[in-house]
Amino acid sequence: MTRLPVRKTYKLFIGGSFPRSESGRTYEAEGQNVARASRKDVRDAVRAARSAFPKWAALTAYNRGQVLYRLAEMLESRASELAELCSGREEVERSIDRIVWYAGWADKLPQVLGSSNPVSGPYFNFTMPEPTGVVGVVVPDEPPLLALVSRLAPALVGGNAVVLLASETHPLAAIELTEAIATSDVPGGVVNVLTGYRGELAPWLAAHMDVNALDLTGADGQVAELERAAADSVKRVHRATGDVQSPWEIAAFLELKTVWHPIGL
Amino acid sequence: MTEIEPRKSAAPAPTSWDYAPAPESRDVVTLRERYGHFIGGRWVEPQETYTTISPATEETLGEVGQATPDEVNAAVGAARDAFSNGWSALPGSERAKYLFRIARILQERSREFAVLESLNGGKPIKESRDVDLPLAAAHFFYYAGWADKLEYAFPNRRPQPVGVAGQIIPWNFPLLMLAWKIAPALACGNTVVLKPAETTPLSALLFCDVVQQAELPPGVVNIVTGDGRTGGALVTHEGVDKIAFTGSTEVGKAIQRELAGTGKKLTLELGGKAANVIFDDAALDQAVEGIVNGIYFNQGHVCCAGSRLLVQESIYEQLIGKLKRRLTTLRVGDPLDKNTDVGAINSRMQLDKIEELVAAGKDEGAEIYQPPCTLPEKGYWFVPTVFTNVAQSYRIAQEEIFGPVLSVLTFRTPDEAVEKANNTMYGLSAGVWTEKGSRILAMAQRLRAGVVWANTYNRFDPASPFGGYRESGFGREGGRHGLEPYLRFDE
Repeated sequence: MTRLPVRKTYKLFIGGSFPRSESGRTYEAEGQNVARASRKDVRDAVRAARSAFPKWAALTAYNRGQVLYRLAEMLESRASELAELCSGREEVERSIDRIVWYAGWADKLPQVLGSSNPVSGPYFNFTMPEPTGVVGVVVPDEPPLLALVSRLAPALVGGNAVVLLASETHPLAAIELTEAIATSDVPGGVVNVLTGYRGELAPWLAAHMDVNALDLTGADGQVAELERAAADSVKRVHRATGDVQSPWEIAAFLELKTVWHPIGL
Repeated sequence: MTEIEPRKSAAPAPTSWDYAPAPESRDVVTLRERYGHFIGGRWVEPQETYTTISPATEETLGEVGQATPDEVNAAVGAARDAFSNGWSALPGSERAKYLFRIARILQERSREFAVLESLNGGKPIKESRDVDLPLAAAHFFYYAGWADKLEYAFPNRRPQPVGVAGQIIPWNFPLLMLAWKIAPALACGNTVVLKPAETTPLSALLFCDVVQQAELPPGVVNIVTGDGRTGGALVTHEGVDKIAFTGSTEVGKAIQRELAGTGKKLTLELGGKAANVIFDDAALDQAVEGIVNGIYFNQGHVCCAGSRLLVQESIYEQLIGKLKRRLTTLRVGDPLDKNTDVGAINSRMQLDKIEELVAAGKDEGAEIYQPPCTLPEKGYWFVPTVFTNVAQSYRIAQEEIFGPVLSVLTFRTPDEAVEKANNTMYGLSAGVWTEKGSRILAMAQRLRAGVVWANTYNRFDPASPFGGYRESGFGREGGRHGLEPYLRFDE
């Protein structure tokens, strides 16, 4: 008698746990039944991200870099599984290397972006980058794993908490990634992943008043509508072009804070 | 006002002092009866006009243009021509010299500008003379120096100008905001169409003289005047590559909505409801000066004004006592008088808004304090006001009043101070007063605001980036960071 394999139920990733969609609905993608998130799931994910944000942002930059590096380690150990869910081994390797590359920026970008400002008066004045807060990401469909990692890593390394709308057509790589994240040192709620119909979910994410910024790189055809919704809370909106790996992708989700103090005895 | 009497022996020391009027002369300003739009280096007769007044006297100062979409179109066209026909290709070192020229002319003509600014906007001459003008000139000096050094500001990124920038500025610092917009735009090789605020167009129009005096190529700077309709025409114009807006959050959101999907670059510098946090170990007399400067500077018409005072409970009585005493010494009146601390409210509309919110504060249960004060009969005025007993939910603790009105709240612990300070949709600025260094840095980190003033308030400098978090907008003005909105990168 051959053994009957235990099948995986593909679920959402919110606040560090794996719930089904609140709606109970699923849809079929890549031959599997995948959770079809509802707008309530979007709200739950934003709430989880908001709660996780302060601690994540307050970690030392060195520590955040290590957490990201640990994530790369976790992906390396799942390389074979991941390879089956994207274009293959090479895409997995590029994705892992990209996370390592971004991990290294954690404690370096503030030195590139920050400044001490020579004001004309007896004041010490400096500018430093800080994370924006909760970032909503609409992930491009292709390439399934690399596009996902390319949009997640820069927002994450800057200290933001993230709500990702996975590719509607290729959600399995995202789900596999959440399992790696759950076993890494990324605190619960810092990364939240929703699968489902993008056209249905993205408007709620874009209009949510507690989301600070949007990455609309994967929002083809919906950009104008989502940008309009984003204006209601003056969200920062970013769209990357092509397969980009750059520190300015991190900077897109950073604020600059300037501090003044008098100098005197 | 009493005459000085001949000195008598053993005369008792005077028990009260009064200030003699010290009005700055208006003669230094020559007003025209009618102003056009400045397009392509020359004055264009406007199709429609409206009158601009002095808010301190309600007297008419002149007729200015209400630019139509056609006129905006002409200005954008002139800016595009200037961009393509030389300005963007000019070596940075040459662009720099034009900006240095402008800075120098502003310094030379600063008295004229200061008087005009106070006349048209209602701000005290003390401030336009000592703050607006020196800072505006300094801004041109600062960005002039960047024009030929952009490759060092952005190594390996090949910075390029964006094109035509549409710039819309507010009425609270008319010339200074013009400088904040035009200096970095030109330094980066862009050309501009700028619309000053409806109520304060005159200093921007006088600036056109400076542009001509500096022999800036025609079309590099174009100024069109008018109300929100003119601004709308500029925002929606297809020939504009970048919009920079400073003003209310409401209008900022409308602009962001309007530009959705167009791919145009946008920076917004919007409203604020800054917390000024006073800990019990602060130097109280200095803090009181900081509080007064924070909210009564420029009649409180300041987006980064410290409009919410958060006081640690243990010093509440003492601090409020000192603050109220200090308020009685503020001199409210003629903006052109050199002794004036608080000038006129910028417009009837703004006065109505302040009065409405102050009425709401009283209705909601806050306690109002206003020092005894005689206001001029004509013009728009509002007595410096302090509200105590304010709850976080009150409108006067949540909405931007943009007037000389302070809302006082209290806290016990640093955590509570942070929680309350961050409890608005805004995030432009914040103040913290304490003698404890580590607490300053901890507060500076935890306050969600683009500018944090520690043991000081309302300091500005061209080298210091300025701009907000959350609904106070995005993008920075000032410093190296202020160049970025006016550049694209060929990476």
